[in-house]
Amino acid sequence: MAYFIQQLINGLTLGAIYGLIAIGYTMVYGIIGMINFAHGEIYMIGAFLAIISYLVFGDMGIVSIPILLMGMLVISMIFTAAYGWTVERLAYRPLRGSFRLAPLISAIGMSIALQNYVQISQGARVKPIQPVVQGGFQLFTQGGFAVQITYLQIVIWVLTTALMVGFTYLITQTSLGRQQRACEQDRKMASLIGVNVDRTISLTFVLGAALAAVAGLITTLYYGVIDFYVGFLAGMKAFTAAVLGGIGSLPGAMLGGLMIGLIEAFWSAYFTIEYKDVATFGILVLVLIFKPTGFLGKPEVEKV
Amino acid sequence: MADTVIDTKKPGLMVGWLDLGAMLKECVITALLSAVLFLPFIALHADTGGSGGLVIETRWDSWAWFVLAAFVGRALLVVWRENPSSRTRDMLAKTVVTPVGGFFRKNMVAIGLVALVLAVLFPISPFGNRYSVDVATTWMIYIMLGWGLNIVVGLAGLLDLGYVAFYAVGAYSYALLSQTFGWSFWVCLPLAGVFAAFFGVILGFPVLRLRGDYLAIVTLGFGEIIRVILLNWYNVTNGPDGISGIERPTLFGLEFGRNAAEGGTTFHDFFGLEYSTMYRVVFLFYLILALAVLTNLFTQRIRKLPVGRAWEALREDEIACRSLGMNPTNIKLSAFALGAMFGGFAGSFFATRQGFISPESFTFIESAVILAIVVLGGMGSQIGVVIAAFFLIVLPEMAREFEQYRMLVFGAAMVAVMVWRPRGLLSYRDPTILFSKITGRKSTGREHQA
Amino acid sequence: MSTTAEMLLTVEHLTMRFGGLVAIDDLSFEARNREITSIIGPNGAGKTTVFNCLTGFYKPTVGRLILNHPKSGNTYFLERMEGFKVAQVAHVGRTFQNIRLFGQMSVLENLIVAQHNVLMKASKFSIAGLLRLPVYMRAEREAIDLATYWMDKVGLTDKADWDSQNLPYGDQRRLEIARAMCTRPVMLCLDEPAAGLNPRESLELNDLLVSIRDDHGIGLLLIEHDMSVVMGISDHIVVLDHGRKIADGDPAAVREDPAVIKAYLGEEEDEELPPEVAQDLATSGTGGKP
Ligand SMILES: Nc1ncnc2c1ncn2[C@@H]1O[C@H](COP(=O)(O)OP(=O)(O)OP(=O)(O)O)[C@@H](O)[C@H]1O
Ligand SMILES: [Mg+2]
Repeated sequence: MAYFIQQLINGLTLGAIYGLIAIGYTMVYGIIGMINFAHGEIYMIGAFLAIISYLVFGDMGIVSIPILLMGMLVISMIFTAAYGWTVERLAYRPLRGSFRLAPLISAIGMSIALQNYVQISQGARVKPIQPVVQGGFQLFTQGGFAVQITYLQIVIWVLTTALMVGFTYLITQTSLGRQQRACEQDRKMASLIGVNVDRTISLTFVLGAALAAVAGLITTLYYGVIDFYVGFLAGMKAFTAAVLGGIGSLPGAMLGGLMIGLIEAFWSAYFTIEYKDVATFGILVLVLIFKPTGFLGKPEVEKV
Repeated sequence: MADTVIDTKKPGLMVGWLDLGAMLKECVITALLSAVLFLPFIALHADTGGSGGLVIETRWDSWAWFVLAAFVGRALLVVWRENPSSRTRDMLAKTVVTPVGGFFRKNMVAIGLVALVLAVLFPISPFGNRYSVDVATTWMIYIMLGWGLNIVVGLAGLLDLGYVAFYAVGAYSYALLSQTFGWSFWVCLPLAGVFAAFFGVILGFPVLRLRGDYLAIVTLGFGEIIRVILLNWYNVTNGPDGISGIERPTLFGLEFGRNAAEGGTTFHDFFGLEYSTMYRVVFLFYLILALAVLTNLFTQRIRKLPVGRAWEALREDEIACRSLGMNPTNIKLSAFALGAMFGGFAGSFFATRQGFISPESFTFIESAVILAIVVLGGMGSQIGVVIAAFFLIVLPEMAREFEQYRMLVFGAAMVAVMVWRPRGLLSYRDPTILFSKITGRKSTGREHQA
Repeated sequence: MSTTAEMLLTVEHLTMRFGGLVAIDDLSFEARNREITSIIGPNGAGKTTVFNCLTGFYKPTVGRLILNHPKSGNTYFLERMEGFKVAQVAHVGRTFQNIRLFGQMSVLENLIVAQHNVLMKASKFSIAGLLRLPVYMRAEREAIDLATYWMDKVGLTDKADWDSQNLPYGDQRRLEIARAMCTRPVMLCLDEPAAGLNPRESLELNDLLVSIRDDHGIGLLLIEHDMSVVMGISDHIVVLDHGRKIADGDPAAVREDPAVIKAYLGEEEDEELPPEVAQDLATSGTGGKP
């Protein structure tokens, strides 16, 4: 039981990461109906920015942990958002209304290019950092097994929850959110009534990238080590999460992220760790076959 | 309400047709953006320091160069774009693109034949040394993989990001079959193809009903699954250590080793020649050439059959296909299975050529390279694959010092080509049947198309 | 208007909902073989949705769609059939409101693809095709002949080798009809075939449709806004408004029907609107349907 609860705690933390990335997939899918294959790399860039800003702050002699964390958060969000914006502008915007496969291929190209850009510019070796937030407390002990929550985990949950609340507010209550939903419904109509569609789509990418940056930051803090390849698998899993929750649905993305995180934690704990990625893909395939709309997605009737 | 749209922009500093002011503005914006983007990754470098921890290293000079490059690049783009259409672009189109394209189109068969003859003569020509024939063999493998994937992506319009899985299935089935049962390459080759096709059907059956982009991601996942299984299923695949000592192919039973196995004959003994490792290299080249040509001929012919036409129709409009009573799942499945089969053939050739295989050879990067070959060459274009494979395989092979930039260039090229020519560089499509040819009846030819 | 024509299609209580929207509401009508049955109605009345239900693209929420196949004598329940089977087995052909051709393929290829199922059978899993055995070559020859017949009929023989995406609009419309006819349907559903045609092309289309009915002896379902086409060639007209059938009869009767006139002219429309909406409309000075 204690072991189970510990896995639950770990799984929820992992799920927060996947959920934050998944939101980016879901939003972009909602608004332009394509899978942004490069989103996993955007997350990876966010993780690198967290490390780089950590080192820069270290050089500047900043030691206060809250300031350090806030600084890392802001820096990685801003720069990653710039990357998100650029990717859309370069690789997707010129392809609106083009041949069906073109944006997908362009996205894959972008993903490969970004991955190698980071590999070349920052080196292929793994990047380890010292734990920034240390310590934790024991929840309880049972049969010699201590269930622990680290302070970092608490920080992660608080951060994720706060972001989710803020984000939901943004989408449901502000004019940006309304414009975005208008574009989702009918892009042409939205532009006719004066919504700047291009700008709204760009903003969607910027927001998605900023959230992915937070996920990257969390990864860096939580695991203490990243490399240029982390975006590939995490991106796949976050996409699976988005599909599982129902692609196009924001709460769905978060729910899916948590589910994938839990599944992965429990699979690693109770089955074979080697096959944990296979398990995720297996789930993706099963979901797509039996419930392509996911848990919270709307059914899709193709217009003929 | 939007104001009446009147171009209120005052023309700035004009130099001929070029508005220098506007251009400068665009370039500065680009430079500023790239300064931001490159700041953390180019100007700063998280390097492993002496103590093993990370330290920040600065590279302000490279950063400046990158920003400058962005500025100049944007300027060139603006010049290219603003340039009145009667100038360079049209001139280029008139003098280079159209004639060259037209030449290729009209003489497709002749060019193919010449290329084939050149390929056959290559190993015995003065250029045919051990290294060059080896590189050419690698080139051929990718041409064959490109042609195989072209069936799936180019003809049927299904984006398969896990093609390498079928390559792997082919390689491992050959290696395992030959080691377990002692069967020869020639027995295993067709079996490997059948196995790969079988895997294609297994995977395809559930997922081919999905929308195009879901299919892409599921195939990507499938490629990873296969690799993870190869890595972890020690009893069968020997895990990351791979399988070595895979049997080499024979020419009608003649072996290419120095000494023949018990009861066998070697190639050089049979023909009374001096032993040389070159014979095997050349033989392998001819083998893959034959396999690739087979793939090509098969594709050319099947394109003109109902299945082939159905693939292309499906690529164009699936809904229309359904309204004509065509079963989309079956049609996609056949494309998937046939594409997989050729991947399987290529895989077993790869295994027999290397004599050793491990999961490392079958990563996503391989799938991406093959896809890039198909896409850059022009979806559905056979000659395009040959040319693209040259640029993506042979050139990097010859310029090894740039190896690390290879994938970066691939990725960037994929984006650029999609933006510039969404159907690929040489994306010319030949009709599978010409009315003017089969009937004596006059038909305004294709040249007159609006 | 032959009274001897046998029943081809019986639609019973067809209802289609999209979430809260009722696109078709308890629609019943009949269509006879060797007749042109027109379905008309204002925009958004649900006409295309009727076709999508008939041809297996949508599964109706409620209702029965019974097709009596005049050649085989079988009865098919179209609402139960998987999408492509409606065309493959029950031989219902259709065209689309937004033309759906195989753009990169030539005119002739479009017409040959339409004969996929026949050719596929002859190619014996492609083996006979790959080996160019006589069975297959003969079938292909026949496919080309049928395609040629239809190209002649719609006047596209001259452009047989053109990519269909390069054809002028009117040609594309006719090619789509020819392509549907190449599947040898027993019922042909045409979704606004005259849309975008000039008056001369429109007249030619009338002749084509009448010839398909009379010379090929099949039933046609026609959605059309162009009243000259509808009134000129229909044997029978079904009028829809907001998913409901408001009239059903021969052209003369439908033309006089007050309900039809009302639906088309939007007479007394304000009464149907909730008061506050009506007010809004009155003050903003814009009217019409959403
Ligand atoms: N797949 C779908 N999902 C949701 N609503 C749909 C769908 N297809 C049709 N509708 C709705 O059903 C109603 C009827 O649409 P339909 O296309 O059948 O009209 P129509 O009579 O063909 O109009 P038009 O003359 O403009 O072609 C419309 O309100 C439309 O928005
Ligand atoms: Mg309609």
